[in-house]
Amino acid sequence: MLWQLFVTFLKIGFISFGGGYAMIPVIEHEVYARNWMQEKDFLDAVSVAGMSPGPIATNCATLIGYKTAGLSGAIAATLGMIIPSLIIIVLIAAFFYKIHRHKSIQSMFYGLRPIVTGLMVYAAIHFAEGSAGLHAGPWEAILTIAIVIFSVLGLLRFRMHPLVVMILAGTAGIAVFH
Amino acid sequence: MKLLHERGRAAIVHMDWKLLTGIFCTFVKIGSAAFGGGYAMIPVIEREVVSRKNWISEQEMCDVLTVSGSAPGGIGVNAAAFIGYRLAGIPGATAAVTGITLPAFLVILIWSMLLGWFGHQPAVEAAFKGIHAAVTGLIVVAAYRMGKSAIQDRTALIITAVTVILLLNDHMHPMLLIVFGLFIGIILVKVKERLGLKGSLKTPGESKTDTGYSYTDYYIGDGI
Repeated sequence: MLWQLFVTFLKIGFISFGGGYAMIPVIEHEVYARNWMQEKDFLDAVSVAGMSPGPIATNCATLIGYKTAGLSGAIAATLGMIIPSLIIIVLIAAFFYKIHRHKSIQSMFYGLRPIVTGLMVYAAIHFAEGSAGLHAGPWEAILTIAIVIFSVLGLLRFRMHPLVVMILAGTAGIAVFH
Repeated sequence: MKLLHERGRAAIVHMDWKLLTGIFCTFVKIGSAAFGGGYAMIPVIEREVVSRKNWISEQEMCDVLTVSGSAPGGIGVNAAAFIGYRLAGIPGATAAVTGITLPAFLVILIWSMLLGWFGHQPAVEAAFKGIHAAVTGLIVVAAYRMGKSAIQDRTALIITAVTVILLLNDHMHPMLLIVFGLFIGIILVKVKERLGLKGSLKTPGESKTDTGYSYTDYYIGDGI
């Protein structure tokens, strides 16, 4: 089990381009394929990952590892996620310092970026679909959509910190869903 | 950079424990200060490493961040590995990465325990309903920001649309999709050159930090 956690997140670690939220569909796919978590627990894990310091995907890995195999699981999953970073960056720092100026690397990102965008769009659709408030009833669904809209406005318009948005949304959740 | 490189080599030979402890502690500090994903760490890293410690110059920091942002993995962890390596070789990189990861790891453990105890309280479940909605908003914003820099022409728009459709229909393993993505750009740029079309490889919508490092505007809600 520990080995499986380590290897799975090692694989994800090597391809985790473009940030945490782009990796949600990838992690989710692995989690369900191996029956590590139910959908509700996974959504909670992503939420908690966003409310902690540090990278979201690594935080997700730690949470999933802890949930499936306790402390040693958390360590195995986290190591799996950060070892690729360590290896790749040390290689770049030692040998290919100017790699990002290379033309084929730039054209690689030209193709990769839209795919990462697609992953994020899908993550947003999928996360909205799965969120508990949407299925509790028509009234709850409207409130959930309202919170989504306020969060987007808060982040884009008022430049609020993500953590502040989440705390406000949690408070709103207690006020309206409790 | 040369000077740093030499310092790094010296540290490998001598295993400078004082320097390694310094690196570790600095990155523990950075790791605990940065809520909100990897890109939230950038200003903190710059302040600590460039202004306070004078470990690297602003110009070097700019290169470090460019590489860290595009390599796989979180930008914060990558930058830590890079700076740690430059200062003290592989032991330095390991110390820095352990340092920057540790605070998040401990916070997550505490969260997991709290959720285990209180996760089924109705109030907590209600709060999570609200937070799920907020996270959806965060992802929408992250996708929007990423899209602004990624979708520069019609080809990119089509790739994005096809990706979403493939994922929605459950046709393709998301991991394979990314591996595929590594090659498609190279092929497309080659094809476009053959056809004599001009392809732009620039990334619009950039923001600048103190050290002049400009990153694309999708930082909020980034992570890994």
